[in-house]
Amino acid sequence: MKHVDTPTRPGEATSEIPDVEVTLNVNGDPYRMRLDSRVTLLDALRDHLGLTGAKKGCDQGACGACTVLVDGKRIVSCLALAAQYDGREITTLEGLTDDGEPHPLQKAFARHDAFQCGYCTPGQIMSAVSLQAEGRAGTDADICEFMSGNICRCGAYPNIRAAIRDVVSEANDASV
Amino acid sequence: MRPFEYVRPAETEQAVAAVTADPRTSFLAGGTTQLDLMKDGVLDPQRLVDITRLPLKGIMHADSRVHVGALTTMEELAADPMLRERLPFVREALLLGASTQLRNMATIGGNLLQRARCRYFRDPTVAACNKRNPGSGCAAIHGIQRMHAILGTSDQCIALHASDVAVPFVALDVVVHVQGVDGPRAIPLTQFYREPGTTPHIENVLKHGELITEVEIPLLPEGVLSHYLKVRDRVSYEFALTSAGVALQMEGDIIREARIGLGGVGTVPWRAWSAEDVLRGATVSAESFQAAAEAALEGARTLPGTAFKVELAKRTLVRTLETVAGASS
Ligand SMILES: Cc1cc2nc3c(=O)[nH]c(=O)nc-3n(C[C@H](O)[C@H](O)[C@H](O)COP(=O)(O)OP(=O)(O)OC[C@H]3O[C@@H](n4cnc5c(N)ncnc54)[C@H](O)[C@@H]3O)c2cc1C
Ligand code: SF4
Ligand code: FES
Ligand code: FES
Repeated sequence: MKHVDTPTRPGEATSEIPDVEVTLNVNGDPYRMRLDSRVTLLDALRDHLGLTGAKKGCDQGACGACTVLVDGKRIVSCLALAAQYDGREITTLEGLTDDGEPHPLQKAFARHDAFQCGYCTPGQIMSAVSLQAEGRAGTDADICEFMSGNICRCGAYPNIRAAIRDVVSEANDASV
Repeated sequence: MRPFEYVRPAETEQAVAAVTADPRTSFLAGGTTQLDLMKDGVLDPQRLVDITRLPLKGIMHADSRVHVGALTTMEELAADPMLRERLPFVREALLLGASTQLRNMATIGGNLLQRARCRYFRDPTVAACNKRNPGSGCAAIHGIQRMHAILGTSDQCIALHASDVAVPFVALDVVVHVQGVDGPRAIPLTQFYREPGTTPHIENVLKHGELITEVEIPLLPEGVLSHYLKVRDRVSYEFALTSAGVALQMEGDIIREARIGLGGVGTVPWRAWSAEDVLRGATVSAESFQAAAEAALEGARTLPGTAFKVELAKRTLVRTLETVAGASS
């Protein structure tokens, strides 16, 4: 169990309101934290655990840059309080690599040049991992529909779709 | 976000008691409305009662009814095989709402209680909003109105109820079960919401602290077909400009029974009773569908920004009727 020291945010008076004790199981490791109750799962990951894979785009649930998996299901971590996810299994982009070996979807995104600035990419990849698990990557129309929660300001959509298609059809071939 | 205390009671009774006792304590379910509005400074509870671990999750089938625990997520309900087979328009409405990420968080109870998407309501720097600050006026009536209502409005508020799934729900006569400190009660969804009138800040008949525990969905007779059509400014991940949820019980080309809900037009999820009356016993035809659409939109009150919705809503309903009737012939 790792204990993470989380000082009160700079410039903020300590209030009467009790902090919350939270244990987050992130990428297989438990982290015990004492947090201001307002800390979102996204901020806990980024600011307290230094896991900056999940990005903050809108902070309003609208862009998908902060997508992570909780117990295998994708959520937007900016609209989640860390306290609500006490004890749950969280997977971030950092947890996709296997012994330094990138996940097939990470490789496919690189191969297909599925980004420009790259800011939305971790969210896109986490969402795509989930999409595949949900069995919703069968057609281009499905990929469009079920990836629509991940906005790409650079408009890399055609290559994102190509990367996903590539991995999914490979997986399908492998399973025959 | 203002500081708040976070608590997570183990028992439903404790959660209900905690919120009932204090006007500045709120329930927290998936958080996709509640935290969003707290970040914007629209809501500022002193305490949040996390209900997500209460035993109110899951779907049960009994006696031609689907009992849905209030904490069941939108994705979980959309995956229900009975729904897929018997009430496709509920599943369609669920899957056309928000994004997969949000649907994995958002609960059915929370969905019914989602707050207005009115941009003025969501922006505390705008002084005039009767819903946020009773008596302050309504910025939308003189502002930008594209995403506002045309049915059930008042001169004090024109905010839309933006839930998709509430549209087929209201058409189906879904029943909402709630738990208060004085015990449980059951409220038909058609009587659950309150139009704004002179009190736009009161949106439904729940008392503060009453918890939605279950949503009970009656199945339609076997063979009844249904469809939900959502028209919006972009093809996915957007709220409805207009939508229609329709179920038809047909006998040849005669309509025996019709259930119609409309979205994107009402201050509350809209049951189009008069359109149902027009269609009951009618023969499938362009004329009867048009007559139903005219009846549904009768009494619509528009502003410059919402005038387009009358025609769009009629066409949305006609198209949905054609789809359902076409599929059954
Ligand atoms: C970017 C975005 C896009 C969206 N698009 C759509 C869309 O296209 N269609 C659509 O229908 N919706 C859409 N939504 C709204 C979304 O569906 C709702 O925010 C969600 O369903 C609310 O559920 P929740 O569990 O997150 O509720 P919360 O946010 O936790 O709660 C909402 C409110 O209900 C109260 N509450 C929650 N559960 C209960 C209960 N059981 N009993 C009593 N009170 C309760 C809370 O106190 C709070 O006031 C969108 C939301 C976002 C952020
Ligand atoms: S329409 Fe309703 S919610 Fe919007 S500004 Fe007017 S009073 Fe407020
Ligand atoms: S940062 Fe969470 S959805 Fe945009
Ligand atoms: S690559 Fe720039 S936002 Fe998607």
